[in-house]
Amino acid sequence: MSMLHLDYQVPGDDFTRAGEASGDVKHKLKKLGYEPDAIRRVSIAMYEGEINMVIHAGGGEAVVDIDPDRVDILLTDHGPGIKDVEQAMQAGWSTAPDNVRALGFGAGMGLPNMKKYTDEMEIDSVVGEGTKVRMVVYPGRKE
Amino acid sequence: MKVRDIVDILKCQVLNEANMDEEVKTACGSDMMSDVLAFVKDQSVLLTGLMNPQVVRTAEMMDMHCIVFVRGKKVDPNVVALARQKEITVLESPYRMFTACGLLYSNGLRGGCDIK
Repeated sequence: MSMLHLDYQVPGDDFTRAGEASGDVKHKLKKLGYEPDAIRRVSIAMYEGEINMVIHAGGGEAVVDIDPDRVDILLTDHGPGIKDVEQAMQAGWSTAPDNVRALGFGAGMGLPNMKKYTDEMEIDSVVGEGTKVRMVVYPGRKE
Repeated sequence: MKVRDIVDILKCQVLNEANMDEEVKTACGSDMMSDVLAFVKDQSVLLTGLMNPQVVRTAEMMDMHCIVFVRGKKVDPNVVALARQKEITVLESPYRMFTACGLLYSNGLRGGCDIK
């Protein structure tokens, strides 16, 4: 059992609400007194994940487990899945449609950014079934 | 400079007033929030022409203090409401992006990305 277990539903039909869960996690980490660098890394990585779930997968679930020495984030969606994870990890590679770019996202920086800001990241994706992204941030380690 | 100095330099209308005496040293100008999240580090002012609540959320995640909407874009009340909740200053400037960035740069604000 973690010190604090949080479970969020990320709505897939309302782009304006993407980031609510990340904002809440950020607020809780601040209250718990985590260092600013770790808080920022967790919030950016999770925010990018939330945006991805809304853009590509019609929403999903975000589960966050907070402990003094680690923060675990598990993002699960039942979207189309990622065909080629290695390709999707390349900076600048994107399948986002133009309407998403017009909203300021879809530059192909989401997944690389999530990897950059976290200490561990694993993607488990099955085409036609969905995607699971597991990320860990260890407070105290620098970006 | 302080956040309140930006108001004069960019002839801004203040739509949400958070901490106007916050000292700011660096800024970032972009309409792509993806790029802001990828490349920005320790910048405290965001200049953008993009208008949706994700601008505020991006600023929130990056610990930014102030958002300047350039090109005289009319700011959506929902954007202002979210910024008020997140305690981020929202300004509206009639200048276009290039000029707004140039004016802040010439007044001492930097980009925070030195190329060696």
